[in-house]
Amino acid sequence: MAATTKSNSELFLNGILNENPIFRLALSMCPAVGLTTTMTNGLLLGIAVTFVQVFSSCTIALIKDYIHPRIRIPTYTFTIATWVTVIDMVLAAYVPGAYKAMGIFVKLIVAFAIITMRLETFACKNNFVKSFWDGLGMGLGFMFGMMAIGFVRELLGMGTLFGYKVLGFRTLLFFVLPAAGFFCVGLMMAIFNYVEFKLKQKRR
Amino acid sequence: MRTTKIILLCLFVFGLLSGIALAENVNVVRKASFDKANQIIIEFIEEIEEAWAKDVNNFYVYQKINPDILIGVSKVELLPDKRTITLVMSEDLNKNEVHIVGMKNIKIGKQTFPKLQVQVKKFYFGYLFSIFIGAMLVNNFVFTKYLGLCVFFGTSRKKSTAVGMGITFTIVMVFSAMMSWFLYQFVLKPFNLSFLQVVVFIGMVSLSVQAVDTILRKVNPVLFKAFGVYLVLVIANCIIIAVPLILADNEYNAVESLMLALGAGLGFLVALFLMSSVRERLELALVPPSFRGLPIAFVTAGLFALAFMGFSGMSLF
Repeated sequence: MAATTKSNSELFLNGILNENPIFRLALSMCPAVGLTTTMTNGLLLGIAVTFVQVFSSCTIALIKDYIHPRIRIPTYTFTIATWVTVIDMVLAAYVPGAYKAMGIFVKLIVAFAIITMRLETFACKNNFVKSFWDGLGMGLGFMFGMMAIGFVRELLGMGTLFGYKVLGFRTLLFFVLPAAGFFCVGLMMAIFNYVEFKLKQKRR
Repeated sequence: MRTTKIILLCLFVFGLLSGIALAENVNVVRKASFDKANQIIIEFIEEIEEAWAKDVNNFYVYQKINPDILIGVSKVELLPDKRTITLVMSEDLNKNEVHIVGMKNIKIGKQTFPKLQVQVKKFYFGYLFSIFIGAMLVNNFVFTKYLGLCVFFGTSRKKSTAVGMGITFTIVMVFSAMMSWFLYQFVLKPFNLSFLQVVVFIGMVSLSVQAVDTILRKVNPVLFKAFGVYLVLVIANCIIIAVPLILADNEYNAVESLMLALGAGLGFLVALFLMSSVRERLELALVPPSFRGLPIAFVTAGLFALAFMGFSGMSLF
């Protein structure tokens, strides 16, 4: 695959809609299930992932000509690990409470398939600016997915949004339970598929 | 023949490591154990002063995971042999947790220690077993911690694939966890380099995957043919990087680390096997078109997660 011919805004939207990391590519499912009991968690991890994705994409785009093809995967891994360490220390210093709630997941960004995949399929073939927009789109797409699941779970489970009370009646405790993460993701994927089927039928 | 030699060598190295790890606690305390619901017994190798032992302010007790929350000591009793003390707490203790008993200005025989800390654990093999079962069932990494899902959903379509992946994963897990533990205890911690955890551990994982690949290819080509394809997938699994991080956080020693790694690996194997058995049947079931593929797999995993919640709170020994 040669360098992309898409414009910057197309690249940006591609990550959020067409190739949404959670609902379309089905990558990085662990935080989507484990960390979406509240929208705040989704937002914070989304910010962290966006940061790591943008900075590692840019780094790889800058140094791509100097990487020997045989050691490219280890290079990606160490680049990602470096930026993860940076965001890990920043979050621990500035938002200690939320950092504790996210637990081990911030450090686990290093193993998220989505980031390595973007470096392998996009950043190592495109220039700095294009990689930046692609990384930003992917990161925000991830954040959007996380917040969408978080929205459903927090609203139905606790009746709150970002910690503010919204619903007045008693809610379903089930959605706060860890196991409901799987159900929510599965159901939302099914809804996405259903909408897609209907749209296809209409076009015909 | 050569395989046996390699296994013996590995066992020897593990034995040596665990010997080093166990030796650190054996100095002036002969035995420290839980007694009744709210009592801890500590036995010293030599006599201690009675006046010191009677003063409650010389002692402080806390759980290893919450160092900030001190547990009140209401009374201290010294047995007639002057070597054994019984600490009576103001509340009942959770014996599944490791407790730390700290003592100030203690004089044992002729030695004086300004600060002495003793770890109190349950019966050691019981403790090890509970770590193992904990990682495998109670806190199964897939169903209660939601890690390693990408590989979990990717390789659970067929039973044979699932078992192959599970076994490969367990081997690499044990290998990389022990190496990471060694590096953390003897390099990162002494030199205050803990902030490099993520970088070092991910490097260690890649290295051990490569090492297992090379060794298996030479030692047992048949096994390599069966399991080689899964080795690449192991790196993409979050569990393999999560276990070293948990080891570092909890300050486990070599044997405890081995148990956690083994439990995590076998837990993943169990999860994969259960899931693949169900998914093989799902292929034949009538599933609504929009649920086909991943969505129904997620719902199934949710049901498993609900079932695994039944293990929570289970405690052995």
